Amino acid sequence: MADETPKAEELIQIDHRPPAKQWMDVPVNIRKGMYCYASNPKSVEYLGLPNARPWNPIEEDWKLPENWQQILHEGFKERLEKFRSIKVFMDICVRCGACADKCHFFIGTGDPKNMPVLRAELLRSVYRNDFTLMGKLLGRYAGARPMTIDVLKEWWYYLFQCTECRRCSVFCPYGIDTAEITMFGRELLNLLGLNIDWIATPVANCYRTGNHLGIQPHAFKDMIDFFCDDIEEITGIRVEPNFNQKNADILFITPSGDVFADPGTYTAMGYLLLFHFLKEKYGLNVTWSTYASEGGNFGSFTSHETMKRLNAKMYLEAKRLKPKWILGGECGHMWRVITQYMDTMNGPADFMEAPVNPITGTRFENAKSTKMVHIAEFLADLIKHGKLDLDPSRNDNKIVTFHDSCNPARGMGMLDEPRYVIKSVANHFFEMPANTIREQTFCCGSGSGLNAGENMEERMAGALPRSNAVKYVHEKHGVNMLACVCAIDRAALPAAMDYWVPGVDVTGMTELVANALIMPGEQERTTDLRGEPLPGMEEADE
Amino acid sequence: MALIEQLGLKKDPIVKKWFAQVVDTYPAETARFLRRQSDPFANPVGQTTLQGLRTLIDLLGAGFDVKSVQEALDPIIRIRAIQDFTPARATRFVFELKRIIRDEVPENQRSSEELQRMEHLIDEMALTAFDIYMQCREKINDLKANEMKSRTYKAFARAGLIKEPDGE
Ligand code: SF4
Ligand code: SF4
Repeated sequence: MADETPKAEELIQIDHRPPAKQWMDVPVNIRKGMYCYASNPKSVEYLGLPNARPWNPIEEDWKLPENWQQILHEGFKERLEKFRSIKVFMDICVRCGACADKCHFFIGTGDPKNMPVLRAELLRSVYRNDFTLMGKLLGRYAGARPMTIDVLKEWWYYLFQCTECRRCSVFCPYGIDTAEITMFGRELLNLLGLNIDWIATPVANCYRTGNHLGIQPHAFKDMIDFFCDDIEEITGIRVEPNFNQKNADILFITPSGDVFADPGTYTAMGYLLLFHFLKEKYGLNVTWSTYASEGGNFGSFTSHETMKRLNAKMYLEAKRLKPKWILGGECGHMWRVITQYMDTMNGPADFMEAPVNPITGTRFENAKSTKMVHIAEFLADLIKHGKLDLDPSRNDNKIVTFHDSCNPARGMGMLDEPRYVIKSVANHFFEMPANTIREQTFCCGSGSGLNAGENMEERMAGALPRSNAVKYVHEKHGVNMLACVCAIDRAALPAAMDYWVPGVDVTGMTELVANALIMPGEQERTTDLRGEPLPGMEEADE
Repeated sequence: MALIEQLGLKKDPIVKKWFAQVVDTYPAETARFLRRQSDPFANPVGQTTLQGLRTLIDLLGAGFDVKSVQEALDPIIRIRAIQDFTPARATRFVFELKRIIRDEVPENQRSSEELQRMEHLIDEMALTAFDIYMQCREKINDLKANEMKSRTYKAFARAGLIKEPDGE
């Protein structure tokens, strides 16, 4: 250290600018706080995935199989043949730069390798080298480079600095989806056992017990029973959810995050109240499953095979329980898997009916094939037909804005339903600026399995553009509640708010609905689901 | 003319130079973006920084109150505290202001006492920046350590209901 201290005259010469270099010449520097711990070998082994061993990203030796280059090359080749989209994405980018400044990680970190075009170029450079004539002949002049250990480390570092949010693809004139490129790249990394533990262990848990946390069926039920006790205290009503009931009208599947993590737990209480209301008023029968107890799918951040394995239990459980159709809770990536992959991956689900809301008669045409309806669509339909008894003034102390979660917004085009629902149950609602919402929404910065603790700098950098927009409405309109329809958002955004915009809390949509929902026979409520006094009830709570 | 008035007259070029110094601490491609994109929501780093620096120059010329200086510095430092900078590189830009003022305000337009006083204020500003930087780092470490504990597992862990995949 002491030897490196510059002398006074040298100090004057120091240029504060980093040296200008070609991106290929900037070596990867794996910085603490910007990466997640390596996967636990036990989890990798449990899933039967390759090269289970302890390893550490900041150590020199990553303990790769001897023929790792060959494995990657062959894995690359196989997938180029199998997935047309990847081949096209490798070939057609004209490097126009339209996507370059659209990624929250580029905006937040200022690291050029987080420009989506460069992220993809990490893979493309190797693709050119291995699979194109120009690349083979001209090498670096054609933007090609061979796969080396440093390139591999660069892949790993930057493919886990992409949340697969797809914002960049909205701006690409060719519709190149860098999220798909990242998914593909991570799949290749998994061939060498290069996953992160925040993904690998939830996947192993999910495979084993049905949910990411490894919660066993009785515990899952116990937890929901705790919620029922809380609900009884607040509303005076004992809700009685069904578990694993055959021939119910609807099977309900939600991310386990709602069952175990605050503030998602309040959203889970919201589901319980809603289903109880619908049963009392309309005789609708909804069942939970302790087997399909996870809506989320961290397998989708691992490989397409793993995604398929974890997703399969939804239809398997539906086959066993024979509901008319499936209702899905508030989640982000779960919906990407459902709307874009499930039907071809584990379908057709022709053993169920095309979803119709038995209370309103509405046919959910968009879910005709998957047989799975999003709770925001379901709620919007109920509210539109005046089927819920609501008192929005109970949410009057909440000044709300809505964060479009990447996957529902960009992956399934669900933009208006959650807004309609929230505005029906809360009187004070303000939008964030137009270039930060709807299709252009900024990611929470922790999606795609990156919501660990050790990578907090990465998460905060990724959350900066989103938080910056929240800060604006917080200062301008006094917004104090950030609503979302995603369990990862609910887990990740509280920390982002804590760092960037203290004074803003995070809520699920259904929590707001349940606060406003007037239950038949309820006692006068004095608090919301969190136990905070309702507006005008501050005294009563004392 | 007093240095303070000069500062008012020269505000724009001073802010511009200062902003350029901060922006140039990033790689060239990033610096270009930070400079050019004027939409504060598309470019929060650039625009937050620019806005903060402008306010700081105003404060330097108009009675330096510590709380306002903190408020203006906080958003800039909060960003740099999570980016790829050492503590020194994250805060060094504050000192750069001294050289910029010397360059911008001709020697015959400022007395050395005035300059000394102003440079003293800039030193104060730098110390405030260090404080904020440390607070941000502490906050990050606190989030690293406590986020999971405070939001997840709480009820389950209490009930002893969590099982690891290798638990049997
Ligand atoms: S998908 Fe999202 S995180 Fe990934 S490069 Fe594109 S904008 Fe960035
Ligand atoms: S916008 Fe599309 S074509 Fe342009 S650089 Fe980005 S990925 Fe390539």
